Amino acid sequence: MNTRKLMSGNRAIAEAVKLSEVNVVSAYPITPATSIVEYLSEFIARGELAAEFVQAESEFGAMSACIGASSVGARVFTATCSQGLALMHELNYVAAGLRLPIVMAVTNRQLSQPLGMWCDHSDAMGERDSGWMQIYVESCQEAFDTVIQAFKLAETKEVLLPIMVCLDGFILSHTSEPVEIPEQKEIRDFLPAYKPDADYHTLLDVKKPLAAGGGCPPAFTMEFDYKKYDAQEKGREMLRKIDEEFGDAFGRRYGLVEAYKCDDADAILVAMGTIVGTAKDVADKLRSEKGWRVGVLKLRSYRPFPKEEVLKAACGSKAVAVVSRAISYGLGAPVFSDVATAMYNAPEKPVLLNFIAGMGGRDVDKKGLAAVFEKTIKAAETGKIENEVEWVGLNKNLVGG
Amino acid sequence: MKEIIFHGRGGQGAVAGTDILADAAMRDGKYSQSFPTFGPERRGAPVMAFTRIDDKPIRVRCQIYEPDYVIVLDSTISKTQNLTAGLKPDGSVIINTSSTAEKVREEKIVTQGKIYPIDATSIAMNIIGSPILNTVILGAFSAATGEVKLKSLFEAVENRFSKVVAEKNNKAMEEAYNVVKGRKD
Amino acid sequence: MSKPYWTKENFPITPNIRNPAGSLAFKCGQWRSVRPVLDEKKCTKCGICVLHCPDDAIAKNEKGEIEINYDYCKGCGICENECPVKALKMIIEVAEK
Repeated sequence: MNTRKLMSGNRAIAEAVKLSEVNVVSAYPITPATSIVEYLSEFIARGELAAEFVQAESEFGAMSACIGASSVGARVFTATCSQGLALMHELNYVAAGLRLPIVMAVTNRQLSQPLGMWCDHSDAMGERDSGWMQIYVESCQEAFDTVIQAFKLAETKEVLLPIMVCLDGFILSHTSEPVEIPEQKEIRDFLPAYKPDADYHTLLDVKKPLAAGGGCPPAFTMEFDYKKYDAQEKGREMLRKIDEEFGDAFGRRYGLVEAYKCDDADAILVAMGTIVGTAKDVADKLRSEKGWRVGVLKLRSYRPFPKEEVLKAACGSKAVAVVSRAISYGLGAPVFSDVATAMYNAPEKPVLLNFIAGMGGRDVDKKGLAAVFEKTIKAAETGKIENEVEWVGLNKNLVGG
Repeated sequence: MKEIIFHGRGGQGAVAGTDILADAAMRDGKYSQSFPTFGPERRGAPVMAFTRIDDKPIRVRCQIYEPDYVIVLDSTISKTQNLTAGLKPDGSVIINTSSTAEKVREEKIVTQGKIYPIDATSIAMNIIGSPILNTVILGAFSAATGEVKLKSLFEAVENRFSKVVAEKNNKAMEEAYNVVKGRKD
Repeated sequence: MSKPYWTKENFPITPNIRNPAGSLAFKCGQWRSVRPVLDEKKCTKCGICVLHCPDDAIAKNEKGEIEINYDYCKGCGICENECPVKALKMIIEVAEK
């Protein structure tokens, strides 16, 4: 029997972590991730969650504790964003390289400078190549569901990689929506306890001693990297499977992407996070008011990148606008680069438009997205783009030609 | 979909107000969403918070620019902000004031929309014993707009506060509801 | 040709070291160009050389005497430098007959 409660994205994450019966939580506070860990420490203090709470002295300490705890077979969770995630950076590569199934919630927030607490995807983009998997959620319900899926995916023997559940800082972390919470037993049936194998996993076991994290000569490093690479490739297929199983068990499935009205679309908008929801509403309005055939492609799994799903959903259209909530200075924007890479060798591909939106918490409103669709429809008609990179809602009184 | 903007000052419970409204709407069997404008907040600073209510799942997550309703917890905010910016042509304003709708319009505190004044501060002081009136004004909102049932508001309040506090709030909320419902217009 | 350390079947997912004390198989004493020699008459058995040896190649035996393990001593000379009574001296390595 589900309970339906109004709760914020952060609370939804904490409830899911509780029901995932983690063994260790180690974190350091940072706006707007902090309340996730505050809820967890309340649950632990009230005896609702039998986990060890390790108060860390910094995010570096937090990830160190997570790596240590995961190495002894604990199911481990942490939460951070922005500067905190950046402080963990070198350890993120360690966690992925030691193949530890750590789950981390990232309430996407800009990186200083300029200093701010508001939403953009810069922080997680800095960890794109680390080996961590990344899933971007669109709703509080999805945040809850994805944490459960994340533990299962990370702990799958063929995968064994840490994973970030990304939710837009403030816009989702601090927005309250109805969330259905399944019973503990149902979650436990779907997600059994983590049981690492001392002969395979990084597992510190006094009965089978090992030394983890040592040096490796050039003769072997590439092969270990290959195994990590292969693990994410397998992770793509595993996530499809786990999401299907989740759908069977709980009635909700999300996929690696969501192709919204893309089948007949001339123009498609690609985005991640909460921008997607607003874009769907705008697409509906434009279809009914202007008769434009427009669709929205939500990238949910960002790493591993859902190449096949993207090609299937988008290559049939005439123009695709990729809206990144992050910037790749000196080139353009990261999500655009990823989509372009995926499409490069496709026999038929649409015109690709590169949009930057929502930096530093700039509200991505319906007007802005309607303008994106308008430019994309124009590109669909002419086969040409006007500018290499477009900035949505840029204040032209202050900058720009 | 109905979009509601709350205007208040930090510490007056605008954010909690949006949550209670969203919770109540959920209990009415609807979909809802509530969120504040995000940033460092301090007591006294103007705060805007948002609620959306709909019969189908709510996908939009940007801020509200064209509200159907505006709820004002503190009318002095009108000195620095346009309380009804973007208000839909047939929109309504539920405003905490001891004044009348005509006076509020005369003094340009609210310049458009149908006005529902309610002396929420007095009701809160008399029944709850403190000037936190976010629940009180929700009672007025329910009566004025019918967008949420009073019964669901009661449940939402009981879910959030201790028994004693919830009882007082619900009593005050009902009082405000009756005041607005009892008006002839 | 020696047996490969790993095959495709057993190549692990990380370079974790599963066989403890694996370094014992590498007799790095062969790298030496100078070796330490102990003058037992001068030695006070203070153990400072034991503490400072970076390779753990000097130890006290059960009788408390200083013993140098020439299988692993790399001839760095730190023991000679640290000995407070100059009981250790580095000499040019001579080939074993």
